[in-house]
Amino acid sequence: MKVLIVGGGKPVYFLCRTFLAKGHEVTVINRDQQECVQMARRLKVTVVHGDGSDQRILEEAGAHGADAVLAITPNDQDNLAICQLASLQFQVPRAVALVNDPDNEAVFQKLGVAAFSTTRTIASLIEQRTALDEITNLIPAAEGKVNITEVRLPADSPVAGKSLRDLALPAHSLIAVILRNGQALVPRGDTQLQVGDRIVLITLPVNHGQALKAITGEES
Amino acid sequence: MASNLFIVVVGCGRLGSHLANRLSRAGHGVVVIDRDEQAFRNLSAEYSGFRVEGDATELAVLKQAKVDQADLVIATTRDDNVNLMVTQVARAAFSVSRVLARVFEPTRKPIYRRLGIESICPTSVAAELFLESMAATRSLEDSA
Repeated sequence: MKVLIVGGGKPVYFLCRTFLAKGHEVTVINRDQQECVQMARRLKVTVVHGDGSDQRILEEAGAHGADAVLAITPNDQDNLAICQLASLQFQVPRAVALVNDPDNEAVFQKLGVAAFSTTRTIASLIEQRTALDEITNLIPAAEGKVNITEVRLPADSPVAGKSLRDLALPAHSLIAVILRNGQALVPRGDTQLQVGDRIVLITLPVNHGQALKAITGEES
Repeated sequence: MASNLFIVVVGCGRLGSHLANRLSRAGHGVVVIDRDEQAFRNLSAEYSGFRVEGDATELAVLKQAKVDQADLVIATTRDDNVNLMVTQVARAAFSVSRVLARVFEPTRKPIYRRLGIESICPTSVAAELFLESMAATRSLEDSA
């Protein structure tokens, strides 16, 4: 995959490293010449110096053939302009913008630009860590058509000690990952559930409640 | 222009303050937004509208300026991307019926026209005026 990243600082540096490690081809656009030189020295990426919301710079960086554009500058207005140019002018199939003001997340979606807010993500992570509740909604995926939920198996859980293949889970639900003693494991049919396990459950909204009930034994 | 419009002007530099002063004098309700308080010094003594200090790319600042009630939003900052974002947000999130953006880079116009954003490019406008003026001079010379 050809990924075009606009922005700077450590987030971009480490993102580049992650994408490169996965075998993707990465180009970075950065306004700061010093940083461009540094990045070109330290990483196997193509670096273009300039304003990423300038059509000519995007073109020079190969926006025409890019599979994805990631705009993560500290300015929401630049990230919006970059993503709109990428999708409207260069037909890039995926353009994603960072929003610094979490309120802009919904607005960008309305304008047809996929957006994410690190502030919101971090805030929800912190809430999760401190939540007393046993059930945490992690993220709604696919525009809310899929729920990803984390559930801790309570002491009186009807499924504790059972193997996955013996569970009466409703259709359209899946136990994707079990977190046990700080380790994440992807379960198989013969994996037994234990009290205290944290289960990452994937469900469709239609039987989300039923699936939770099957695991916790409570009405939800 | 119809009387008593409610107009939000983003940016209180030379262009923004000039527009705000004129529109206020003409009897319209005006709110000016600028992130630098010093910029409000550009407003004339007759300016009777409101001032909001803040970054217009923050949704809360636009709410504070009552953009949801605006008949018109004019974005005049030095930054094209700010102007384009603010006008799009005004339309999409606050249902403002008419928006105008100052956009310096002429090549951007077609894309934003497609997105329903009316833009004015000072460079193109100035170039047109220069050319018109030159043509007028030449025809004077020709007729002489």
